[in-house]
Amino acid sequence: MTSTQLFNAVTLAYFASMVLFVVYLATRSRAIALGANILAYVGFVVHTAAIGVRWSETYKLLGADGYAPLSNLYESVVFFSWTILLIYILMDLKYRQRSIGAFVLPFAFLSMTWAQLRLNDAIEPLVPALQSNWLTYHVITCFLGYAAFAVACGVSIMYLIKAGREEKSPEDSPAGGILGLFPSTKVLDDMNYKAIMIGFPLLTLGIVTGAAWANYAWGTYWSWDPKETWSLIVWFIYAAFLHARFTRGWVGKRAAWLSIIGFAATLFCYLGVNLVLSGLHSYGGS
Amino acid sequence: MTAKEKSFLTSVWDFLCSLKLTITTLILLAVTSIIGTVVQQNLSPQEYLQVYTEKTYKFLDSLQFFDMYHSWWFLSLLGLFSLNLICCSIKRFPRVWNTVMHPQLKGDDALFRTLSNADEVVTGGTMDEAAGHLRSFVQKHFAGAVETREDDRIYLFAQKGPYARFGVYVTHLSILIIFVGAIIGNIWGYKGYMNVVEGTSADTVRLFGTNEAVKLPFAVRCDRFEVSFYEGGGRPKEYVSDLVVLDGGQEVLKKTIEVNDPLSYQGITFYQSSYGPAGEPSFKMRVRTRSTDEVNEYVARQGEHVALPGGRSFAVTASTPSYDRFGPAIQMHVNTADGQHGNPFVVLQNFPEFDAQRGDEFIFSLLEIKQRYYTGLQVAKDPGVWVVWLGCFLMIFGSLAAFFISHRRIWVTLQPVNGKIGVRIGGSAHRNQPAFELFFDDFKAKLKDELKA
Repeated sequence: MTSTQLFNAVTLAYFASMVLFVVYLATRSRAIALGANILAYVGFVVHTAAIGVRWSETYKLLGADGYAPLSNLYESVVFFSWTILLIYILMDLKYRQRSIGAFVLPFAFLSMTWAQLRLNDAIEPLVPALQSNWLTYHVITCFLGYAAFAVACGVSIMYLIKAGREEKSPEDSPAGGILGLFPSTKVLDDMNYKAIMIGFPLLTLGIVTGAAWANYAWGTYWSWDPKETWSLIVWFIYAAFLHARFTRGWVGKRAAWLSIIGFAATLFCYLGVNLVLSGLHSYGGS
Repeated sequence: MTAKEKSFLTSVWDFLCSLKLTITTLILLAVTSIIGTVVQQNLSPQEYLQVYTEKTYKFLDSLQFFDMYHSWWFLSLLGLFSLNLICCSIKRFPRVWNTVMHPQLKGDDALFRTLSNADEVVTGGTMDEAAGHLRSFVQKHFAGAVETREDDRIYLFAQKGPYARFGVYVTHLSILIIFVGAIIGNIWGYKGYMNVVEGTSADTVRLFGTNEAVKLPFAVRCDRFEVSFYEGGGRPKEYVSDLVVLDGGQEVLKKTIEVNDPLSYQGITFYQSSYGPAGEPSFKMRVRTRSTDEVNEYVARQGEHVALPGGRSFAVTASTPSYDRFGPAIQMHVNTADGQHGNPFVVLQNFPEFDAQRGDEFIFSLLEIKQRYYTGLQVAKDPGVWVVWLGCFLMIFGSLAAFFISHRRIWVTLQPVNGKIGVRIGGSAHRNQPAFELFFDDFKAKLKDELKA
């Protein structure tokens, strides 16, 4: 079994899980929600195995020059999708709110589809600059942070939908139908905050490991390279978010919007910088 | 000081302490930082004029957009950010220090009115017995308690994670420490490059930007430079230089450096960053004379005429590391005794007998192309870098403490009520209240069971 075949199975599982989550919102059947969740968990396990298989494939193909599969755009997008599921599962274990899956799984599914349809999945030996263990630490911390922000963004979208509907029909039967399955706005708001609370220290760690690596590799821990600057922009936005929590006016809707803007900036930091701007993080060109 | 002045100063102080200012500066920093990622930084005027019209160029230049992270307005924004950080920390820190160092030991009526997690139970026995009992209960299910007696009441107080309250200040301080480290590096450090030809040494660094020459207190010699490629393609695998540090003429340090593995000496670090050919290559040749079977070896520099037996000579005019798929090759020709050029022909290193097919008197084999390289080193001195790492460590440590550790407190108050003992319990957490609520409800239930038993 090759990693590519396994990744295909993962994409399929996430797709099915996503569809079932949507069906769950429509039918409110607990059995379907359970099925969707089982598919998401199984997909995650296969995903983990597939990354392991690709890791060993690099050694089969390149001998001693094998590497942890985190080094090009394809591998990073696949890993991003894996971290989204990881954070989702952590949230699921804590909150047991199945409807969130409908807003988180699409991020994971779209990442996998994009990686498989549009990105180059060839295993190629690493250029000298990438031959460093710092690469692994840097990528893992950054992407766990990104994934937490993705989950926060999904939850914020749910918040805005639910809060918007409740404002329109302020009767005490808060939004029947689909919205009845959403956690309460209070819980959604709290989950948004919690996810960012997890993501922020991870992003900080990601920036620090990147700086440490840059300093070790070429003597400059910070050079205002576009990627570095964008990671700092993201850091500023979430720092603003966390401080905004302490003032009363910035909970709820404004916090949700800030979280969505933060994730848009995160996506641009991750992809836009590689695809649009030039700089040291050039794997996006591949 | 008049009242008006005072109120002016107070309002300035309040402005500098305000959270609104924090959020505004953070967002402004985020938005302005984008400019530098869209407008390329630190190019030459000529390069900018290829992209912008002269008018636009002058306008953007006057706004310092071409080196915006060092522009007065961006640095002022960072300054304001630091000032805000310092002021609001100064304003809030004493209260937090007090809370941690002088905790409120007595759960009196005023305190209980402020707690959302509280309850009351009545129990029998003597005050001393009940107090001892409750103390060990709190110890077992939460943390060691401090006992205070006043009038006819006994107060117990226990807490966990009080130092988490300092997490946020550690994080704030860490940002200032990182700034200090960056400033130290900017003032006392430098970054530049030097090229060292194989077999020679150098002691002068050219700084980036100004190109100013800085003489090192020691010299660096390069004994060997090598670049290797992955099989079957042009993908570089490794750049390696053997470096030797010469201090006062003595070899004090030897290291083979490569990308991601630099050499450091006296706070100055040398990074493998580029390479290039140094001078013309030379060629080690073997020449067999067909009629006599005599074999000679020569070392020829490119373009140099080398005498052959019998008055003729040869010269190598060009070389390549790969000629189609046949590997290293040279182009050469043989001159007649009176100096007339013969036809050029190609000699392949990997096929030493191939030249015999040309049918000439001399059969040439290429043994080796010797190309000397220079190694391109990036040189950095940054005495502030350890301060920056200290700041980074504190930032991660501080933010983890601030986000994930909660300061939890429990108060128990005993007082005689109509021949019985009234027990009031209350608790609070400075973070993650829902989790604390669950804990407190459980704690309360256990305590009631305990007192009934």
